[in-house]
Amino acid sequence: MTATGALSLPRTTATAARVLRQLRHDPRTIALMILVPCVMLFLLRYVFDGSARTFDTIGASLLGIFPLITMFLVTSIATLRERTSGTLERLLAMPLGKGDLIAGYALAFGAVAVVQSALATGLAVWFLDLDVTGSPWLLLLVALLDALLGTALGLFVSAFAASEFQAVQFMPAVIFPQLLLCGLFTPRDTMHPVLETISDVLPMSYAVDGMNEVLLHADLTTAFVRDVTIVAAVALLVLTVGAATLKRRTP
Amino acid sequence: MMNYSSRPPEEPAVHAQDLTVVRGSRTVLRGLGFTVPRGRITGLLGPSGCGKSTLMRAVVGTQAKATGTLDVLGRPAGHPSLRTRIGYVTQAPSVYDDLTVRQNLDYFAAILDPGRAAADRRHENVTRAITDVDLTGHADSLAGALSGGQRSRVSLAVALLGTPELLVLDEPTVGLDPVLRRDLWQLFHSLAEQRGATLLVSSHVMDEAERCHQLLLMRAGEVLAQDTPEALRTRTGADTVETAFLRLVDEAAATARTEESTR
Repeated sequence: MTATGALSLPRTTATAARVLRQLRHDPRTIALMILVPCVMLFLLRYVFDGSARTFDTIGASLLGIFPLITMFLVTSIATLRERTSGTLERLLAMPLGKGDLIAGYALAFGAVAVVQSALATGLAVWFLDLDVTGSPWLLLLVALLDALLGTALGLFVSAFAASEFQAVQFMPAVIFPQLLLCGLFTPRDTMHPVLETISDVLPMSYAVDGMNEVLLHADLTTAFVRDVTIVAAVALLVLTVGAATLKRRTP
Repeated sequence: MMNYSSRPPEEPAVHAQDLTVVRGSRTVLRGLGFTVPRGRITGLLGPSGCGKSTLMRAVVGTQAKATGTLDVLGRPAGHPSLRTRIGYVTQAPSVYDDLTVRQNLDYFAAILDPGRAAADRRHENVTRAITDVDLTGHADSLAGALSGGQRSRVSLAVALLGTPELLVLDEPTVGLDPVLRRDLWQLFHSLAEQRGATLLVSSHVMDEAERCHQLLLMRAGEVLAQDTPEALRTRTGADTVETAFLRLVDEAAATARTEESTR
């Protein structure tokens, strides 16, 4: 992944533990990350009180979208702080591989995403009667991959943000177009052909498609496998490009 | 602990020749040549903006677009093998504000000396570094809750982990009270004398110059003089390093004018 060679497991886990320790000193952020998706699903359930079918589709899509957005925001701000506080320069002057740092972040936020998605999925399936044909475990798998994609995108855009103000503005710039085109509001094949083509190359479309496959089919479909493969591949690609934005020597 | 008194004294810790650094469209360092002797404290002095930090970043290997020769501990600056041998403290404290002092040090120690087998050694190193910078009473406070001077000492403690051979300290005593400043300078001297470490310390406060073994005076991206404090004072006939510096600046300006007029 990087020029410095193989990942160092102890350095990666030390980084993940450090990121989680930082989070632990910030209980409000943890509460927001964990609770907001649950509250939104709860709201949504009663917004669509009269049409359970709509709640199924939108609810399942949102289970994939929440972890992506949360992890995008958290990672872009966290890496930006790492860049501006000088700790990144210090770490890269030490024997830390870029891959160790990124894998550490992915591991830590991945763990948070598991908790977040497990709670949201559990709430949706068991308490809000989200009607899933497939296994809830597959929903969780897609949610986790989405979280990884969010982490990757967040890391990538943090390289282009000079301040927290700019980093937050990347949210609407990077996430909103995908949100509009991912098929959440209307099926993708009913969009204007140009928009449909654009939505075909945006990774969130596949995150939502994957969720809907689980929603509608009892077994693993080829479409599902394709969707999760695309999400995972894009996440890895963006992480690799993101690693290239971490420079040991800076101007 | 390492001891370098047995090494040949002619091999300096840092050797630069024709070192030039360009940042954006500006040439910050112009063809510098200097050496930093081993096991001694070299003070890097000059007004704000003269290129001290850039020079230090070049030595540590984090400065892009550095050309010319720059050898650090026998390797080209920025060589991967140097990453455990150099301790670097940036001007602004670079620590995690949302971790305690000990958690900060634990993390950086795990990067320098990873693995479960090294856990005991790491614990010792962390405790020693906290004691060195006199923060034992604050070990479990969040770094963000500390005063500016305390935070910069946390940053210094990180650089002391792992017993580095070369310490590069960018204005480590800025904003500290006189007592702390004296204590830190005592620490620097004991690092050099007892642990054999080489220190490169920058400052824009000239009275700190007297505490260094060796001085590098800089102005506008160039080295004005390199000598011991006594030799500089004697050479310029000045009482203090500050006066010596000012005389050297005037001399340099006069030479530049003469060159200009004879051209």
